[in-house]
Amino acid sequence: MSNQEMLAQTALEVLGDKALSSHSPYGLLTVEVPAEGIVETVRSLVEHPVLRMGFLTDLCAVHYPDDPGREIAVVYHLHSLPNNFRLRLKAFLPIANPAIDTMTPLFSAANWMERETYDFYGVQFTGHPDLRRILNVDHMDYFPLRKEYALEDETRDDKDDRFFGR
Amino acid sequence: MTTPDTQKQGQAPLVAHDSIDGEIAILNLGPTHPATHGVFQNVLKVDGERILEAEPTIGYIHRAFEKLAERRPYNQITPITDRLNYCSSPINNMGWHMTVEKLAGIELPKRVEYMRVIIMELSRIADHLICNSVIGVDTGALTGFTYMFQERELIYEMFEEVCGARLTTNIGRVGGFERDFSDAFKYKLDEFLKGFSARFEEFDGLLTRNRIFMDRVIKAGPISAERALNYGFTGPNLRAAGVDYDVRVMNPYSSYEDFEFDIPIGQDGDTFDRFVVRQQEIRESLKIIRQALDNMPAGKHFTDVPDFYLPPKDEVYRSMEALIYHFKIVMGETPIPAGEVYHAVEGGNGELGYYLISDGGRTPYRLHFRRPCFIYYQAYPEMIKGSMLSDAVLTMSSMNVIAGELDA
Repeated sequence: MSNQEMLAQTALEVLGDKALSSHSPYGLLTVEVPAEGIVETVRSLVEHPVLRMGFLTDLCAVHYPDDPGREIAVVYHLHSLPNNFRLRLKAFLPIANPAIDTMTPLFSAANWMERETYDFYGVQFTGHPDLRRILNVDHMDYFPLRKEYALEDETRDDKDDRFFGR
Repeated sequence: MTTPDTQKQGQAPLVAHDSIDGEIAILNLGPTHPATHGVFQNVLKVDGERILEAEPTIGYIHRAFEKLAERRPYNQITPITDRLNYCSSPINNMGWHMTVEKLAGIELPKRVEYMRVIIMELSRIADHLICNSVIGVDTGALTGFTYMFQERELIYEMFEEVCGARLTTNIGRVGGFERDFSDAFKYKLDEFLKGFSARFEEFDGLLTRNRIFMDRVIKAGPISAERALNYGFTGPNLRAAGVDYDVRVMNPYSSYEDFEFDIPIGQDGDTFDRFVVRQQEIRESLKIIRQALDNMPAGKHFTDVPDFYLPPKDEVYRSMEALIYHFKIVMGETPIPAGEVYHAVEGGNGELGYYLISDGGRTPYRLHFRRPCFIYYQAYPEMIKGSMLSDAVLTMSSMNVIAGELDA
């Protein structure tokens, strides 16, 4: 068993029953975790003596409109620099109330990443010190990266998939 | 006229430790200001010249790249990546090609990887040259800047030989390069390698051990290693704080494991350390380029992936198969597996990551750019708190914040 596999094993053990499902697309361990207590879940990985996942590489969201009750996925990319081990965590939220605790107590880096995620997807990060829009104008009243906002004019159909046999 | 409310309710008044009259002013640094090198605003609360608080506002050139990418076929996303960190566009382009190659499971010949390494290291040199010479400008030393811009020009001429463009390069393709390195490119690279070092060392001698420059930049805008990691710093800024994290070494891509080079690190994470780390990285990049040239394997400049790599134009006119592939690629009809992939490259200013989710359609389902300077720029208020206004300008230029990448 390679070092990376052992670390993946350890991560799954640390997560325990918090790991709802896991797979490793392209070699990156991806674990679905519950949205409740996300900070404690990540803290257990950060403070684990072997894992030490102390670097938040990335935080973003994905919108799956066809998955009722779990439309918004918040994705965390963690990196353990001492072990060079990466881990992806996903927490799914309902679009009616997309609320999840903020990661700012653990990582200062999460501040703007969460503001960006809020800006584009409307995810409410509970306890965030300054949850405002960051890239878009303040008076925007929708969350533009959600799938219901088509990029182009709805009346245009020259790039429609049905012309390409889909 | 009302005076701005500089004090929050119930809080002790902010006063600098060396305040003379305790009068606090609000100063807008940016959005258009010659010292900000890009469009971003900082609302500074100053007591005399001492900064008490800073609040950055970003998003002035936000172009919705992540939304645009959801509507574009994979090969049409490359020009978007040009416009992230436009000081080192080829690295962004290559990072994107590699992400798609990783998703589609395309293996490249060593020659392509070495060619990519040469281009990427050239653009790293260009990126660092701009950043470091601008630090000089902000301390009042314009001379080095004018000389180093000539060197950058030489690098851009080389890019022009490879892909026809200079700044927004759109260089290479998924599967390789559009053409092999030409003789003109090889000649220019050769001339560059012969002459650059001496001119660069002259620039280095102008600033690095210059007493005036050192007094100006040492202890300006420092950050500790611990805070830098917590703030998600990567690239030269993190290394200046003393952490030897470099994606090229930790997660080698494009055959970086074949090359012998050092990771320079600093100690205090201040402007001087960031400057010196970049200077040293330029020398390391030259080392890598020389090794790549010396050990350049023979072979083709592309791999056989007709689904992604455009066929030669004359074949499109003569061969049915080439015409079909050409049409499919241009119309964005490339077979791509469903899946999700994260790929990171060492960009000019840090770990540039691509988080790509594909549902098998002609466009990405979701594409997120991990933009290094978006993540580390949020440490800026903490880094300049309590420092002089002129140090704030220096700190910003030494952080290598590129507006295009910041605002995506």
